[in-house]
Amino acid sequence: MIRPAPRVGEADLPPLALHDRAMENLRYIRETMERSQSFTAVSGLGGVVMGVVALVASFVATRATSTAMWVGTWMTAACLALGVALFAMARKARLAGGTLLGGAGRKFAWNVSPPLLVGFLLTVALTRAGLVELLPGSWLLLYGTGVVTGGAFSVRVVPTMGLTFMAVGALALFAPAAWANLIMAAGFGALHIVFGIVIWRKHGG
Amino acid sequence: MARAGPALDAVAGTAPEAGALELDRLIHERVRLGIVSALAVNGKLPFTDLRDLLGTTDGNLSAHARRLENAGYLLCHKSFDGRVPRTDYELTARGRRALQAYLDHMEAIIAATRER
Repeated sequence: MIRPAPRVGEADLPPLALHDRAMENLRYIRETMERSQSFTAVSGLGGVVMGVVALVASFVATRATSTAMWVGTWMTAACLALGVALFAMARKARLAGGTLLGGAGRKFAWNVSPPLLVGFLLTVALTRAGLVELLPGSWLLLYGTGVVTGGAFSVRVVPTMGLTFMAVGALALFAPAAWANLIMAAGFGALHIVFGIVIWRKHGG
Repeated sequence: MARAGPALDAVAGTAPEAGALELDRLIHERVRLGIVSALAVNGKLPFTDLRDLLGTTDGNLSAHARRLENAGYLLCHKSFDGRVPRTDYELTARGRRALQAYLDHMEAIIAATRER
């Protein structure tokens, strides 16, 4: 696997070769930088499964007969999705020869956890205050925030996904309460699936 | 690659002044250049990520990294993940300047040949 090291005797080479080698060196630096950037611990395949979980949940949620049941449905879906995310990221890390807590995974987890914790606390507080209609917007915004900060050092598609979640969340805050399940399906369902496929195809798993 | 023909004459005498004399041999080597480039983007990377990225072996990477470390271009952080030893490399300000100087150098060579 050791690549042949380039010989360093430029001084003996004709100038044109020097020029070509300089170009080649710059190309190598750029490629290495790009490839080192395309490390993402985020699993696209996991994102797709999380999206499917959300779509199923939004279907179940339309049949909820009480607020508690509706919140419960989404909380269950969130726990399931979190499990899927952890499993998928661990799998991706293992395939890449690392561990979930190595490098990129650890960075992502650190950045994504605080907004998720806030989301959980707000869910309890808003539900108790009877402001359930604010939940979809809060969830989408906080999740998006976590993905943006978590993906700040990752490939560009990850923070882009986070920003899109935040945009849908902002919409949800001001949309009629009746749209709640539809917006949740569009956000946690469709966005996860679309971005999941992109990450899966372009950034290995 | 050297090509025959007039192009060779066209640049003669220009490149040597931007030439290899003050070239930073330390990061000119392929693996070391790769290490510094990858760290310039990420700041800090685990040993295993760097090894996979550069497609090299454990021994090769650590030997090259040590040379960069000795030159003060990068820092080596050793720690434990549970019981598994773990190594991270971090680019120093000095290492970043060295890469910048190397990039300038390469650009100067290219500019020198393009002027003709």
